Amino acid sequence: MDQLIEQFFNVEIMVASWPMILQGLGMTLLICLAVIPMGLAGGLLAALGSAAKSRLIRWPVIALVDFFRAIPPLVLLIFVYAGLPFAGMQLSPFTAVVIAFFLNNSAYYGEIFRAGIQSVGYGQSEAARSTGLSAPQTLAYVVLPQAVRNVLPDLLSNTIEVIKLTSLASVVSLGEMLHAADMARSITYNASPIVLAALVYLVLLWPLVRGVSRFGRSLNTG
Amino acid sequence: MTQWERFLDTFFNVGVLTRYAPDILAGVWVTVQLSLLIVVVGIGLGTLLAMLRAYRIRLLSLSIVVFADVFRAIPPLVLILLAFFGLPNAGLFLSSFVVLFLVLTLTLAAFAEEIIWAGITSVDRGQWEAARSTGISFTGTLVWVVMPQALRVAIPPMTNRAIAITKMTALGTVIGVPDILNQATTAQSFSGNASPLMLAAIAYVLLFLPLVILARWLESRFSWRKA
Repeated sequence: MDQLIEQFFNVEIMVASWPMILQGLGMTLLICLAVIPMGLAGGLLAALGSAAKSRLIRWPVIALVDFFRAIPPLVLLIFVYAGLPFAGMQLSPFTAVVIAFFLNNSAYYGEIFRAGIQSVGYGQSEAARSTGLSAPQTLAYVVLPQAVRNVLPDLLSNTIEVIKLTSLASVVSLGEMLHAADMARSITYNASPIVLAALVYLVLLWPLVRGVSRFGRSLNTG
Repeated sequence: MTQWERFLDTFFNVGVLTRYAPDILAGVWVTVQLSLLIVVVGIGLGTLLAMLRAYRIRLLSLSIVVFADVFRAIPPLVLILLAFFGLPNAGLFLSSFVVLFLVLTLTLAAFAEEIIWAGITSVDRGQWEAARSTGISFTGTLVWVVMPQALRVAIPPMTNRAIAITKMTALGTVIGVPDILNQATTAQSFSGNASPLMLAAIAYVLLFLPLVILARWLESRFSWRKA
């Protein structure tokens, strides 16, 4: 038991590694700040494309979305980071992470937005258009607000996944929180810094995870 | 060499591809084995936990909720590194395969528990009352009346979640599980060519694309969210 505490909950080591982990947390938040808005924007475009009337637009977009949902994000990240340099495209770890996660997140957010748009009855668009609103206005003021409301729990739940996904950036040596914790682990030869990082993730994400559970249920019964 | 030839030589080099295809195929087998194990045990465990929660025994339910929340909030890669590098120093030696299996199975179980529990609570109270009033026991009602309806609601989100988590088997690469990605990155550094990575990407698409399309079909078939 003492050995377990010594190895996983060594307070001294946790305190010593805290500055490193805090710095890593800053990078984690920075990645989130770049990747979440980009994913939402890309997802919205993907959703509009996959709900388009023209097959020439719809089918390629659906194919792309399914392609990026089928490839594990880490494979995509390593391909972008370690594969593209062979073609003469040398990217910084941060750029590689942003590109890979943009493609992955857009596909996932896209599916959610598509489900939301489809959940709004077609009569809504027809009614809006007949009052003289243009197609973009109908989308912005009538369809999207209802669509987003209908899929809010899914959007929140996917955003949690995106935040958790940023930990993959450690694989390409981007100094986010897990990378910082793992560095501290290899210096101290003790797992407590990773436990500390896990606790930070828990504190950050637990309220969101609870929210998803609550939210989902109230929609189910409502 | 033209641009196009250079592109082909970098990403679809026939020599490199034929040389390393057997390694990647071995990786496919590891990925498939792991995925099947994770899906069967993870969904089984999650279903069991959700059913236990239906008995509403305070302390038990609370433990299940805490378990599910923790494994949904902490990124799997954090847990993988924690278990793989931390446990040996505490005297517990697990192979990288076992670590990956345990972490992803528990993660899937946590999500499965929440999904099935949402299904159970979506079943109308009247169903419980009607079944109990015919003399069926609580457990009988749960198993024969409530669960079939709960599982039906749970199928689309469960499929999506199972795909997302089995794709995470690629994380095993970080601790040396010889899966598709690991074989590909090794082959890439030996050959100094990006073709093995391309082959790995193709392998993943071939494995998971049918499942993604299946999930899309299930979603449209079982969707209850109609405006």
